[in-house]
Amino acid sequence: MTEQPPAVVSASKLGLTFQTNDGPVQALSNVDLTIGKGEFVSFIGPSGCGKTTLLRVIADLEKATSGTISVNGMSPEQAREKRAYGYVFQAAALFPWRTIERNVALPLEVMGVSQAEQAERIKRTLELVNLSGFEKKYPWQLSGGMQQRASIARALAFDADLLLMDEPFGALDEIVRDHLNEQLLDLWDRTNKTICFVTHSIPEAVYLSTRIVVMSPRPGRVTDVIESTLPRKRPLDIRETPEFLAIAARVRDGLRAGHSYDD
Amino acid sequence: MDSFRSKIVPVTTILTGVVVLWYVFAVILNAPFQRDLDRRANETPGVVEFIGKTLSQPKPTLPAPHQVAVNFFENTFLRGVTSNRSLVYNAWVTLSSTLLGFAFGTALGIVIAVGIVHVATLDRSLMPWIIASQTIPILAVAPMIIVVLAAIGITGLIPKALISTYLSFFPVAVGMVKGLRSPELMHLDLMHTYNASASQTFWKLRVPASVPFLFTSMKVAVAASLVGAIVGELPTGAVAGIGAKLLAGAYYSQTIDIWSALVAGSIVAALLVMAVGIAGRLVDRAMGGRPA
Repeated sequence: MTEQPPAVVSASKLGLTFQTNDGPVQALSNVDLTIGKGEFVSFIGPSGCGKTTLLRVIADLEKATSGTISVNGMSPEQAREKRAYGYVFQAAALFPWRTIERNVALPLEVMGVSQAEQAERIKRTLELVNLSGFEKKYPWQLSGGMQQRASIARALAFDADLLLMDEPFGALDEIVRDHLNEQLLDLWDRTNKTICFVTHSIPEAVYLSTRIVVMSPRPGRVTDVIESTLPRKRPLDIRETPEFLAIAARVRDGLRAGHSYDD
Repeated sequence: MDSFRSKIVPVTTILTGVVVLWYVFAVILNAPFQRDLDRRANETPGVVEFIGKTLSQPKPTLPAPHQVAVNFFENTFLRGVTSNRSLVYNAWVTLSSTLLGFAFGTALGIVIAVGIVHVATLDRSLMPWIIASQTIPILAVAPMIIVVLAAIGITGLIPKALISTYLSFFPVAVGMVKGLRSPELMHLDLMHTYNASASQTFWKLRVPASVPFLFTSMKVAVAASLVGAIVGELPTGAVAGIGAKLLAGAYYSQTIDIWSALVAGSIVAALLVMAVGIAGRLVDRAMGGRPA
């Protein structure tokens, strides 16, 4: 092992307790995690395990109530102010009154990028997600998968090195999902970004990740971290190989161990 | 074509029903006076003749539709538009203060809504007052506004327009508060991840998201503005305008004039609401709205 690259995300003893009307709910407890540059890390677990909450803490959309977390060596708030990450939500969340290119331009406008630079970046990111030719379309004119690709383009447009994705393909059918998974891997390979990816699909997590973080609820916590032994280049049919199935089995065991499905 | 027919048939059916009912009531309501007249003149007309007479009185209790139609036609098309008996002229007088008041009211409503959405103190303090303002009967407030403004030397169009403003800012304020708060949490989170400033979030997200709400509330507001302008003409001794026509008709028992002024008023109202609706649709189309 050569020298360790600097951590993009580093959390220790991270905890978050929501105060609700039914009393405090521990959404995250004692999370220790380090994500290095260029990694593709999936967070998997049943609903309520805190995987989305963890992503939102990294994005400074929620504040941790205990422990420490740093993003690019800064607090999440500083990192957000420096536009350190692009965030992709469960739904495409495109603005319906903007065309696809204006949607991709939104973060660039906010960040004060010049018109010429905007045009160049829109062209490049739309090419990256295979949406060239759809610049002038409105979101409703695109399929769900295309909309989600446009939202990925929007997250990529300002060249943040970290991509936070919260079940981005959860609402899409499996065929579209396979296709987008393949494209996402390709994109990750070409751009060398660090990706944090929340999912509840075991095949998706295993297929995409270099590392899989298994989480479990009540309280939300990390129960297992699995390093993938799969090569970086992964054709879709890698999912039939014994190696793939072995990792998937380990993820499944991890989920089962951390969470009783009886209750 | 089918949608055309599916609209035309029910509309004409209802319209025919209303006209028939109107004639029936015109006969019933005008009959006592006609019987009175006939008794004094010692006439005993047949049924058909009697009905004919009830429908052609000069000052009927309820004018028949054709009397209103003839009066409306004469006063709309057969008089010069500058004549003070012309309905076009009177409608224009009312319309001008309606439009001015509507513009004021829309602007005021938007300003109030922006204040309420962005300033927590205003959110808590302003809304009860706004609601209270609408519980005061406009007929009571209108003369005071006119008198107070006249005392400080403001007369003419502005006082009438302010009464329209008073009625029309409310729906716009309420609609725009809702509209400016309508962005989904996900969209707000998205702007937050870009570290967008409050004004960027306002202009790029809240304002466009509120546009459909604005036009819906403007439809209500424009109709309220017209009511305000007409009511504003009643206590002010206005010499022209739909309200002035209504008042003059009431003074001289010119019921046919009253009714044709009412018809003129409702036509103006319908046109205004339609104009706002069309403007709304054009804006929606320009903002990439899905054609319905």
